Amino acid sequence: MDNQNTLINEVTDRDYRFGFVTDIETDSIPKGLSEEVVRIISAKKDEPEFMLEFRLKAYRKWLTMKMPDWAQLKIPEIDYQDIIYYAAPRQQAKYESLDEVDPELLSTFAKLGIPLEEQKMLAGVAVDAVMDSVSVKTTFKENLAELGIIFCSFSEAVKHHPDLVQKYLGMVVPPNDNFYAALNCAVFSDGSFVYIPKGVRCPMELSTYFRINAKNTGQFERTLIIADNDSYVSYLEGCTAPMRDENQLHAAVVEIIALDRAEVKYSTVQNWYPGNKEGIGGIYNFVTKRGLCKGESSKIYWNQVETGSAITWKYPSCILAGDNSVAEFNSVALTNNYQQADTGTKMIHLGKNTKSTIVSKGISAGHSSNSYRGLVRVAAKAENARNYSQCDSLLLGEHCGAHTFPYIEVGNQNSIVEHEATTSKIGEDQIFYCNQRGISTQDAIGMIVNGYAREVINKLPMEFAVEAQKLLQISLEGSVG
Amino acid sequence: MLIIKDLHANVEGKEILRGINLTINAGEVHAIMGPNGSGKSTLANVLAGNTNYEVTKGEVTFFGKNLLEMSADVRAKEGLFLSFQYPVEIPGVSMINFLKTAVNESRKYHQLKELSAGDFLKVMREKKEMVQIDSQLTNRSVNEGFSGGEKKKNEIFQMAMLEPKLAILDETDSGLDIDALRIVANGVNLLKRPENATIVVTHYQRLLDYIVPDFVHVLYKGQIVKSAGKELVLELEEKGYDWIKKELGE
Repeated sequence: MDNQNTLINEVTDRDYRFGFVTDIETDSIPKGLSEEVVRIISAKKDEPEFMLEFRLKAYRKWLTMKMPDWAQLKIPEIDYQDIIYYAAPRQQAKYESLDEVDPELLSTFAKLGIPLEEQKMLAGVAVDAVMDSVSVKTTFKENLAELGIIFCSFSEAVKHHPDLVQKYLGMVVPPNDNFYAALNCAVFSDGSFVYIPKGVRCPMELSTYFRINAKNTGQFERTLIIADNDSYVSYLEGCTAPMRDENQLHAAVVEIIALDRAEVKYSTVQNWYPGNKEGIGGIYNFVTKRGLCKGESSKIYWNQVETGSAITWKYPSCILAGDNSVAEFNSVALTNNYQQADTGTKMIHLGKNTKSTIVSKGISAGHSSNSYRGLVRVAAKAENARNYSQCDSLLLGEHCGAHTFPYIEVGNQNSIVEHEATTSKIGEDQIFYCNQRGISTQDAIGMIVNGYAREVINKLPMEFAVEAQKLLQISLEGSVG
Repeated sequence: MLIIKDLHANVEGKEILRGINLTINAGEVHAIMGPNGSGKSTLANVLAGNTNYEVTKGEVTFFGKNLLEMSADVRAKEGLFLSFQYPVEIPGVSMINFLKTAVNESRKYHQLKELSAGDFLKVMREKKEMVQIDSQLTNRSVNEGFSGGEKKKNEIFQMAMLEPKLAILDETDSGLDIDALRIVANGVNLLKRPENATIVVTHYQRLLDYIVPDFVHVLYKGQIVKSAGKELVLELEEKGYDWIKKELGE
């Protein structure tokens, strides 16, 4: 035991790889939040009236709300007047070609491994790059448009497709949903918008890359994905931030709507700056993600690998409204040092013969705390609903914690809900076994953790899976020996 | 290749090894026998670098280098292999991935080029045949759901892949039926080279019917109390360990 303690007490020495700051001119407004600020944001974005109304309604609601305190998290007090709510890379009105984009900005995304030059792109991935709340560039937009697919920044969607935005915005996550969602509704600056028309199978992965750069800013982005009847799309989201001593707030909202027989796969590799070894700095990641299986036989899959952020509060959920709809939540959440995560999902079964699956793999190291919180609710009318949940926790060391909070509410007699949970410790004997075959302790930990998470990682699109595997390994580097 | 001088080691504060002296040369097979609790497995683990065992005194050199200063993975890369008494399961990690990493880590250490996937699979096929391991096993997670016999065969298969200079077989015969025992022993014999050596740690003589030792040592209360040639195996079989105790005047 002592050996394991000494091994595991030597916590991450490796620096966060994405911790650089880009020196770029930013157009930002003063700190603080008021109705005036909401109006400024809306005006800066040149929004139609309905958007301003949406924001103001949300802001007024937010004023009456309190930060949720039910999560297994210790959140320091947040001064919402000490945050900048709008920061944008100073830019021309619109980029016509990449040549007009600030080279600093391009190099930022190149450093992150996201080249925006289309010819250099990995085949089959279209990228929307969002820096400090503003979409910088969306690639492959024209190719996709030929199929009728809309993939653009949220701001552009508001301008060019206001009818779609007005119809679906807030349908899944209404402004009064929760404290952070209300805040997001009031001040969100940009994000991604996807519309897949009827019968279209999106031929490439759509990907949004979020980057916080500016200091003292909050990032509030909004993603809206609509998959019309018989369509399919796979969407990826990645995120990083510079290393800073102060905490930064990220409160995003993602809404997915799947109509009849549509299928949406949403994969996230979340790697916001987690703070340093002592727990100083890092992103507060308070995110509301929800999908609505609106149509019959529609399918929504959430796949997430969470390794970043100082505090994560996130429950990608599904409302299975359409009969025979299917939802999955596959998650790996890794916490190290002083990170805290309270994450999980909600599966709300409303339609008949609906089926949901939850696979959650928590990994805790250092002094971190990692909780799974899940709700499975089967409405009275949701006959023959099925849910299977599996929640596993893996502990590394003596100072971390893992918690599981499953809530199950079943409103009828013919539905079946199963829940399995395990907690295990990474075995010293496993590490020694690897060592004895010539594999170093560091590599052994990476291997064992990846093996543990394999079920979920296998669900990710290929390139993401490789990145996720590396990330799991890097995030634990130095956590043992 | 291996010289052990006055080796003392503790487990959880209790002294288990109390002054082991042993020299092993290339080409030799040594059997270490002894009653339960005599320190056989402790010796195997100490040599392999298991940090649950604390060396309190003595020295061990491996090809002239100080073995005790090396971490477990470096010892392995230097060519020391331990066939585990209880092989460990690693869920979700495929045998192929595990072994490929192990083989290539060792190659890197010796400044050799890493094996490509194709070459690796080719070598693996050959070795699988050699040790008669079921082809399916290598597609599964490391030892997960393997039967006792499969686990032991898998150890010998890994040994074949890693081609160690010194192999220590810790109670490899335990839990094996006679057919599996023969296969395992056959594998070990096939891997014997003039430049390699083997230490067979066992409680019973039956494995030694198949892997014939050049030297037999009896370990008792943490010390080697008797060393002789292979005839000692039969004598022990006949007279039991009580005979040793009597000889020691207990």
